[in-house]
Amino acid sequence: MSERLDVRKTYKLLIDGAFPRSESGRTYEVLDARGAFVANVARASRKDVRDAVRAARAAQPRWWSASAYNRGQVLYRWAEMAESRAGELAAQVAAAEGLDATDARASVGRAVDRLVWYAGWTDKVTQVLGGANPVAGPFFNFSLPVPSGVVAVLAPRDSSLEGFVDAVAAPLCVGNAVVALASETRPLPAVLLGEMSATADLPGGVVNVLTGSLDELAPVLASHEDVDGLDLEGAPDAAGELAALAAATITRVLFPRTGGDASLRRLRAFVETTTVWHTVGQ
Amino acid sequence: MSTTTLPTTGARVRLTAGAGVPVVETEGQLRSILASLSGVDAVGAEARAARLATRSIKRTTKRAALDLAISMVDLTTLEGADTPGRVSSLCAKAWRPDASDPSTPSAAAVCVYPDLVAHARERLAGSSVKVAAVATAFPSGRASLAVKLADVRDALDAGADEIDMVIDRGAFLSGRLGQVFDEVVAVKALCGDAHLKVILETGELVTYDNVRRASWLAMLGGADFIKTSTGKVGVSATPTVALVMLEAARDFAESTGRLVGVKVAGGIRRAKDALRYLVIVNETAGSAWLTPDLFRFGASSLLNDLLLQRLAQRRGVYVRPDEFSGD
Repeated sequence: MSERLDVRKTYKLLIDGAFPRSESGRTYEVLDARGAFVANVARASRKDVRDAVRAARAAQPRWWSASAYNRGQVLYRWAEMAESRAGELAAQVAAAEGLDATDARASVGRAVDRLVWYAGWTDKVTQVLGGANPVAGPFFNFSLPVPSGVVAVLAPRDSSLEGFVDAVAAPLCVGNAVVALASETRPLPAVLLGEMSATADLPGGVVNVLTGSLDELAPVLASHEDVDGLDLEGAPDAAGELAALAAATITRVLFPRTGGDASLRRLRAFVETTTVWHTVGQ
Repeated sequence: MSTTTLPTTGARVRLTAGAGVPVVETEGQLRSILASLSGVDAVGAEARAARLATRSIKRTTKRAALDLAISMVDLTTLEGADTPGRVSSLCAKAWRPDASDPSTPSAAAVCVYPDLVAHARERLAGSSVKVAAVATAFPSGRASLAVKLADVRDALDAGADEIDMVIDRGAFLSGRLGQVFDEVVAVKALCGDAHLKVILETGELVTYDNVRRASWLAMLGGADFIKTSTGKVGVSATPTVALVMLEAARDFAESTGRLVGVKVAGGIRRAKDALRYLVIVNETAGSAWLTPDLFRFGASSLLNDLLLQRLAQRRGVYVRPDEFSGD
């Protein structure tokens, strides 16, 4: 019997539920923590950003109109998918972050647990962030959290999986659609997790994962008028400039964390508050 | 326009170049002219349309093309649920597509059902925007000639500048070419100075050969424009169909000296598609056709995408799709 040929994997983008190469046809080399070649990865262009934002905008109303319980189930299924392919994720985390097998597997475990944690929050976040307001009249007055819309996430540079999950799952949990730019130097765990989202019943376009140059794509995301929120976690050095671009198009911004309590920080980051009046019934 | 050199073609029509539009008096004459048209190389036409779609239009050319495309839009609403209010907002939009930028050109026309023509006319008084009405038992074209002519007369009396008539595809496909031709001639006679656009409904004509023959039939009958589709059947305008019709218009101009316009309608939603059509116009019929007098887009949502792209060019960032009103 002849020897098998290698079946090498092409790492692609995730846009609108499909896995295209970059529109520009460009790729770049990803190295592991020791500097050895790992893979060629798609280098997204500004047009890929445009397509991803368009897909996210189109998908967001459907995601938000699903029941909170249903959104929780979908996120939980995403966690199940990640758990069942934990070995594959751990291998990529180990290569990217230079961890040994045990530490990498533990990191994947924490990432999956974090996803489950956010899955649980979908039908509880309204009770925590919303409330009934006292008013002087025969009315009920409620404040309800609603999603900002399309959130662009510049994923953390170093924490290739745990940090990515935290930054992406939180805005999803409250009903946003996400365009995530994976860590430029450590993108593979995020790309893998994106692939798993396709088997988790996440509607196409709700999560979009781009890989490429932060310097090139972050300003495009920040200045895009149809992006409603911007998580700057992955760009601490350029946060000020990007926030200025975002301000010009009235985009909600989450700055990189510099200490303090983190537990609900991301859940609070990309919601708006809507207030509803309702007459008191008989 | 007349100064532009028309491209040389391989038109194999038994007409003397520049001899004027031939007088067609019998169905036999019509048949012999249509039979003399060569068949369309379907594979070649599709390949050419696909190749032209890959042309890249950038920067100043793109800006100019977007403005040109906006000025070619027949802003259309042809729904059973149309109301005077909806037509009012459509008229306002056609007149001043982008209120924040007065340099934006107006659309070419609004296209409505005959009963709403008077309302549109009133709303567009003082503007350059034309009022077009679909008539002749739109969209199927299945009524007696008397009913069709009454429909056209109604629209003209209400003040329509342009009439979009549909041909009877049933008659065309069953070979009653004389009947289709006579209807076009009769409607054109009634129209007088009003522009007549003849809708071929290419999605129902089955073959490109039929599209070419129907184009010639309509042009011989006196059409000022030939139009692809009603937008009411599954298959609407395609680049290849536009290519075939533009070739017909070019060949017709070459052999008769009369320039007939082409309107593509139905399913064109993106600015990118519109620019691709402009490339096909330029490369097929020639730059003489790059004017609202000779090329139109029948569309509704296309205008918004053109405006968005125009705004994106101006601002240098990607813009919100809800920057412009839905209708």
